[in-house]
Amino acid sequence: MQDTHHKPRPLGGRILTVPVVILTVLTLVAVYYVAVRFYLGIGAVTNVNPGYPWGIWVAFDVIVGPAIGCGGFAMALLTYVLNQGKYHPLMRPALLGGLFGYTLAGVAVLIDLGRYFNAVNLMVPWYLNTNSIMVETALCVMAYVAVLWIEFSPAVLERFRLHRVREFLERYMFVIIALGVLLPTMHQSALGTILAVNETKLSPLWWTQLLPLLFLISAIAMGYSIVAFEATLVSRGFRLKSEMHLLTSIARITFWLIAIFLVLRIGVIVLNGNFGLALEPTREALLFWVETILFAGALATLATDRLRRTERYIFLSACLLLLGGTFYRLDSYLLAYVGSPGWLYFPSVPELMVTIGLVAFHVLLFILFCKYLPVLSNPPREAAKARAP
Amino acid sequence: MSLNRRAFLTRSVSGAAAAGATLGAQAEAATLARPDRAAPPDAVGILYDSTLCIGCKACVAACKAANGAPPVVPPTLTDWNSGIWDSAEDLDGRTLNVIKVYVNGTREVKDREIDGFAFVKRHCLHCIDPSCVSVCPVSAMLKDPVTGIVSYDQDACMGCRYCSYACPFGVPQFDLSVSYGRINKCEMCSHLQAKGEIPACCDVCPTGASLFGKLTDLQDEADARLEVSAGAAYAFPRGRLGDETRPKHTAAIASYQNKVYGKKDGGGTQLLYLSAVPFEKLGLPTLPQYSFAGMSEGIQHTIYKWFIAPIVLLGLLLALTYRSTRHHHGGPAQPSPHKS
Repeated sequence: MQDTHHKPRPLGGRILTVPVVILTVLTLVAVYYVAVRFYLGIGAVTNVNPGYPWGIWVAFDVIVGPAIGCGGFAMALLTYVLNQGKYHPLMRPALLGGLFGYTLAGVAVLIDLGRYFNAVNLMVPWYLNTNSIMVETALCVMAYVAVLWIEFSPAVLERFRLHRVREFLERYMFVIIALGVLLPTMHQSALGTILAVNETKLSPLWWTQLLPLLFLISAIAMGYSIVAFEATLVSRGFRLKSEMHLLTSIARITFWLIAIFLVLRIGVIVLNGNFGLALEPTREALLFWVETILFAGALATLATDRLRRTERYIFLSACLLLLGGTFYRLDSYLLAYVGSPGWLYFPSVPELMVTIGLVAFHVLLFILFCKYLPVLSNPPREAAKARAP
Repeated sequence: MSLNRRAFLTRSVSGAAAAGATLGAQAEAATLARPDRAAPPDAVGILYDSTLCIGCKACVAACKAANGAPPVVPPTLTDWNSGIWDSAEDLDGRTLNVIKVYVNGTREVKDREIDGFAFVKRHCLHCIDPSCVSVCPVSAMLKDPVTGIVSYDQDACMGCRYCSYACPFGVPQFDLSVSYGRINKCEMCSHLQAKGEIPACCDVCPTGASLFGKLTDLQDEADARLEVSAGAAYAFPRGRLGDETRPKHTAAIASYQNKVYGKKDGGGTQLLYLSAVPFEKLGLPTLPQYSFAGMSEGIQHTIYKWFIAPIVLLGLLLALTYRSTRHHHGGPAQPSPHKS
């Protein structure tokens, strides 16, 4: 049921724009500090210390990054599993975002691993510890990166007119798409299970046996939000007609996901009798409320059909939810994590620059891919106007 | 925070069920959390009695020598300490054992909580059911089936530091100061034990504060000390429990906290603590009576029991994606994307 006018095509246009130059500079700064890290060690670049072995390279780049990259997963769930073909135009940009979100998380892992050469041991059966949740996470993420590249490859094959390969691929694409839903379901929940072992190192405002479920639901909601966020920015930034009608129906799903998340998240705390902790004047309570208000704000801005039809509110809600989901992960992995007594952690400037550089590289690749490859299918605004009855 | 497992689990279960969780298996995780492991019958251990420790740090120096670990000077002390005096303040990538001090008020009396002070020795507790062994993705942390010693294999380790992150005591430490570091932690001088010797810290301890021995014997020894009334004279063994060649250290029994830390805490540890000030004042966390490894593995292995859930889900997804891709690309494949 694809509208022939909605075929994805490369945007073209100038490559060396101001944003591209800025993003390239930020990327190069990160490359410099990564070189220092490999030459002098993690301690020379980061503020990671004996009390806080994981810093923002893990909490943001590896945990938040893939959650923001859940667009492809969330849209595949809708387009292919629930068979809602109308969402096709949003599929490729969503996949592209996920592609870089995940690939760069993989790069971040290699930067952060202290003995990176031994990462191959994850492929050596006698070294694998099946009790370790990180095994599942690592293997699923690696497999999913491959799946994402295959899922996205038709765009590349179209560009280079390799239609025979593409036809062959599309025949079996349903297998890849199914894996592209299964694998993120597994590892996004496992990212929550990783924290299950930290019962005393994580405040009960975050620690619950439902961690895997909460991480999964919030990741899917973040997936829909990043799609709305990207679609709005792309239609504005590249002056294309927006995909508003699609975003409106997605917003309804996002609304329910946030609602379920909040009920579970707060319900477990109340049922366990720990809600009092949220009312004490502590840093944890503050973090909890910042996070909860962001989620509640995202919920409120999608509460009525009128709001859901307004681009501004959809965009605002997406921003709030992406922030909320980011805080939920940063809090549970780092900010509400109780390190060894006597130690504090705050990221160093070089450490931050690596994280910023990775994000910049992500956006840079996204822009370049949209210009070179058939990713976006929104018609330009002028054309849209001319066709309008 | 209540650490009563049963009550907590029941509540979680009802919460999850009420929510109609998609991962319904989640709710059962509670009841299926695997039982804690038991210590091997011939496990060895260390009994550290804080009331005997005089803070001489001979054990810290001996540990560094026995394990080839270089001295550590914190940045705040470098102006007068060129590195000739090891002055690590906490466990780090090059410090496997450290003596710390608890101080309060006027610091007048040893082993008193108020206006007093007390020493504590910190190193790996060699948990009976260790989190680090459970979480390590590449089996770099291993628990010896005979001695129960938790050892480290640098050829396996990929440096993810999940062990440090998950250890309830913050013990395993990655050496961050070199480009390709490794985890360092107390391995109870297993290289010395292989030669029939005892861990360096216990070997040099002048007062018997660090005492090596068979875990079950050490537990009995600790219980025996708690039985004796405070102030009574007691002959404390030095070095290895049961080694009659070393002279004993006769001193008065302190007024102990009525508990052996490590007997049950976190599922039990092979380093046992006795102290006159509350254990949390010494930086030893208050832990439930079960191991976190059992909790974490219980949740995970319930979701993935026999891999049924992922396989069923994959089958379902394949059916649905097959249907929807046929639907979208029903006709002959379009040869090329035409521009609008």
